[in-house]
Formats: sequence, C-alpha cells, structure tokens
Amino acid sequence: MDPTTRTAAELAAGIHAGELSSVEVTRSHLERIAKVDSEINAFLHVDTEGALATAEKVDADIAAGRPPVSPLAGVPLGLKDVLTTKGIPTTCGSRTLEGWVPPYDATVTRKLREADVVVLGKTNMDEFAMGSSTENSAYGPTRNPWDTARVPGGSSGGSAAALAAFQAPVTVGTDTGGSVRQPGALTGTVGVKPTYGGVSRYGLVAFSSSLDQAGPCARTVLDAALLHEVIGGHDPMDSTSLNAPVPSVVEAARRGSSGDLSGVRVGVVTELGGEGYQPGVLRSFASAVDTLRELGAEVVEVSCPNFEYALSAYYLIAPSECSSNLARFDAMRYGLRVADDGTNGADDVMSLSREAGFGAEVKRRIIIGTYALSAGYYDAYYGSAQKVRSLVTRDFDAAYEQVDVLVSPTAPTTAFRVGERVDDPMSMYRGDLCTIPTNLAGTAAMSVPSGLSDEDGLPVGLQIMAPALADDRMYEVGAAYERARDAAAGGALVDRIPEL
Amino acid sequence: MSQISRDELAHLAKLARLGVSEAELDTFVGQLDVILDSVAKVGEVAGDDIPPMSHAANLTNVFRSDEIRPGLSQQEALSGAPAAEDGRFCVPRILGEEQ
Repeated sequence: MDPTTRTAAELAAGIHAGELSSVEVTRSHLERIAKVDSEINAFLHVDTEGALATAEKVDADIAAGRPPVSPLAGVPLGLKDVLTTKGIPTTCGSRTLEGWVPPYDATVTRKLREADVVVLGKTNMDEFAMGSSTENSAYGPTRNPWDTARVPGGSSGGSAAALAAFQAPVTVGTDTGGSVRQPGALTGTVGVKPTYGGVSRYGLVAFSSSLDQAGPCARTVLDAALLHEVIGGHDPMDSTSLNAPVPSVVEAARRGSSGDLSGVRVGVVTELGGEGYQPGVLRSFASAVDTLRELGAEVVEVSCPNFEYALSAYYLIAPSECSSNLARFDAMRYGLRVADDGTNGADDVMSLSREAGFGAEVKRRIIIGTYALSAGYYDAYYGSAQKVRSLVTRDFDAAYEQVDVLVSPTAPTTAFRVGERVDDPMSMYRGDLCTIPTNLAGTAAMSVPSGLSDEDGLPVGLQIMAPALADDRMYEVGAAYERARDAAAGGALVDRIPEL
Repeated sequence: MSQISRDELAHLAKLARLGVSEAELDTFVGQLDVILDSVAKVGEVAGDDIPPMSHAANLTNVFRSDEIRPGLSQQEALSGAPAAEDGRFCVPRILGEEQ
C-alpha cells in the first residue's frame, strides 16, 4: 500500500513494529512532493538530506531493538516556515528573510527533532502569517488540491494543502485568527488551535504575540492528537507558556472514537451562522449537529452577543501588535538590506529595505497598527478593541458554564478562487469571522471535516471549541464525530480528493 | 466619512520607517478607509466600565533563575548580518553631515 495515503498512526505502528522502514516511508513522501508540488506549491524548502538522516536513525534503532523515542518517531512531517530551524532556511513567506538561515531551533522544532519526527521541509504561508488564502506569500500562492484554481485558505495554507495532496501525513501550522482551522476547513483536513500557551512560541516568528499559537494539522483527529502531545507542554523559554497540567488529548481522541457522546453538552453559537454564510456550509453544519445529537450529545443553542464585535477587535489588535513586532525587521542585524551604497543614512536604508522586503498586506497592517496605537486614536481604536476582548471572553465564560464545547461552521464559505478577494481586504478578513473569538479569549478550538458543500462539492469544516486547558474535550467530540461522519459517508473525506 | 487622508497615510508610513510607492498610497488610502470604518464598530460596546484585556494567559512576573545558559556564539549571532566587520554588525551611518 502507498505509504502516502496512510495515517501517521498507521505509519508509526508499521515503522515501530519493523514492518515498514522509515527511510522508505520518507522516500515515498519526498517522491510525492517532487511529483505534485510544482502544481500545489505547498513547500518552500525540502530538506531531503536531513529527513533521510532522521529516518535512517529510526530504522537503525528499531533494527537494534531499541524502543522508538516517541509515538511519531520515523513519521514524516511538514513544518510551517514561520518556525525557526537551525541550519535550514526560514522565510516566513517574505522577501525580507529570503535566504536567512536561523542560528537556533524553535522549541517546536527542537521537540520534533528530539522525538525523531522526520522533518521533510518548510511549508508555504501568507507573509508573516498575515492572510487567509496563502496568496500573500512572496513565493507564489499555494493551490488547493481539491481544485487548483482555488486557495487552500491561510495563513497555514501550505501545511493544509500538503496534507490534502498526500505530501505529508502531519504538519505544523500557526493560528493567530484562524490560520490553522480555516485552511483545515477549506482542504477537508483537521486543524487544531491549542489553548494559548499550550505550545511554546519560542522561535515562532511573532506576528501578534498575544494571539499567535502553533498547532497540529493532520488528516485524522487521532493524528492531530499524537502531534499535539509531541509539540505541546510548558517551556521556560516562552514566558507566556502555561505551566499547568493538560489532560491527554490522545486518550481523549481514542475515547471519542468509541462513538459515544452521551452526557456531553454541546452549544451551537447563535451568532455564528445565518446571513452572509454560504447555504451549503450551513446545511453541512446542520447535518453535523444532527450527527452529534445521534451520538448522544445534548445540543442546546447558546448566545454570545459580543462575538459580533470580535472581527473588528481582532483587526485592530493584530495589526497593532504586528506594527510593533515587525519593527525588528530593520535591515541592521539580519534580513534584507537595500540601498546601502554609502549615500543613504540608516533611516533611509531602513525605509527602503522594508519597502522592498514587505508585501502589500504586511504594509497595510503595519500602517493600520501604527494608526491605532498613535496618540489621539489609541483609546478609540486599540483601547476599545481591548475592551471588546474582555467582552468576548466573558461570553465564552458564560457559555462554558452551560455547555462542555461550542460548535459553529469553521468558515462562512468554502474555498474561493485564487485572486477573488485580493483587492478587497475586508472580504478576505470576513473569512475569519468564526475563528477569531477563540484567539481573543485564548481558548482552544479545532476544525474537523463535515463533508462537502452540496452546491459546489468543496469541503466544509465543523469548528469545535473548548475552554482553556480543556483541549481534550474537543478531541473527544471531534474523534466521535469523525468516526460517525466517515461511517455514514462510506469513507474519509480525503479519499475523495481528485487525483493530482 | 473619510477616516484617513493620503497625507496622513504617508506620515504614518514614515513613522513606521516603511517606504511606500505613490501607487501603493493610491491603493491603500481607499482600502484603509474601508477597514477603519468597519473596525470602528468596537466603539459601540466599549463602555467605561469594561476593563481592557491585553492578554489571555493572565501571567505576571514570570522569572527565570539567574543561571548561565548556553547562548549564540558571536559568529552565530552575526551569521545573518547584511554586513559585519571585526565581529560586529556593520550599519549605515546614523548621523547626518552637520552632526
């Protein structure tokens, strides 16, 4: 059987039992990348040598009777190009960092290396993770394997498309306003935003520090859980990393796959649906809610009235933090420097380098952030947005007193066409409507495929949200739902992706 | 109502040390107006009694013990520098002729 169509759990079981060789599994994925990536553009850099070296080590360990160092040892993975990798280029999808080779590993990277996970390479993304379509990459857009005329979502579009194109069984993405979950929805894959502080941000090139969170992407809920446990946990190198016990998400996913949700209270968020949502998305969502009910869950409707203001708050807070964070790209210590010909002073070199290095969306956000933080406008914009953040968090707190998890569609529409929204930033931003509240509150959420929209045949995602540090709840519900959906549909959604 | 003029936009870009072309200014001025008009909605519910929230983690004073740990070598720290000389970053001049 072709290793590229198998799940990470299956590959790990085969490799650890000595039935599959990690080198062969890795080669199959590298060959798949070589075959389809000219069309998909999911990878910005492929590390053939490094990947095979890790795979060889795992095979040698197994042959010598040594136990695998982690449940994912020997399994190939794609890493979003926003996480630093020592000795391997990290561009963040930006010209500014073209050719930059970081001198250190992100904590996520270090954990993957220590777990003997085979890092195939770095995945494409919207520049500095700003975008919802991966069209803002300086290295060309990533294409959606379901229909290559369409976007895979963003900003972790490369990580999601790599899964749907069977280039990797698991990938890592980052989610600031929905950048893991929305691409998951648009490509028919699973995307998880863990509780803020659940996965270390050390070495994650910062866009909006109070919102950024790395998370696992996979084709099944169990695979996402396995990766979550490899990359998660407290890290002294990140002062916002939570030092608190998190219940096992792998156990929760296994428990959920028994298919019984009796006693679980599920809240449907009233405000995340209705006008502005694609009818096929709403029908898929309604059918998913019926399935949860059939599995024994108690479903009620829950109102979160301030979610209506979340999008506005986000598009003030994120650009504000971005305008401050991206000041580090000053052309002095690393990154692109232009016009340093002896006639220009530091100020001019800085401005000209940033002009040459940043794309349009990054520039827009730096300007908006600078505006929102400037004297005279601070209270009306940034200050008010921070208050809305409190209100959104209060809505979540009240909701989670009534229910265990909340559900909504992950995105208001299915995958849109490449180029369709690039000239209209607000229409692009509105795609993050359902995912943003979770980032503002720092809670957890995942997207699980709920089928295809009946009017265009494109994938739809079910968003399952859980309170902070209760990530296990969404894994349990997600795994139960996934099993029921696949059984009813006669197979997994990814089996229906057209041949590339 | 126009929230932001072309001149204001150019000024903000200057403050952010961000060069923008004339063509970009033309594009951005309309787009930023639409965006700012939309996000101004936060003012509708941001009452005086609502505390601002800067962060979800609610952690304060996270300290580490004062121990020597491995860090980057000088060579590693300079490895990405656009220009380096004698183990230092080499930067364009900061002061003008008259200074």
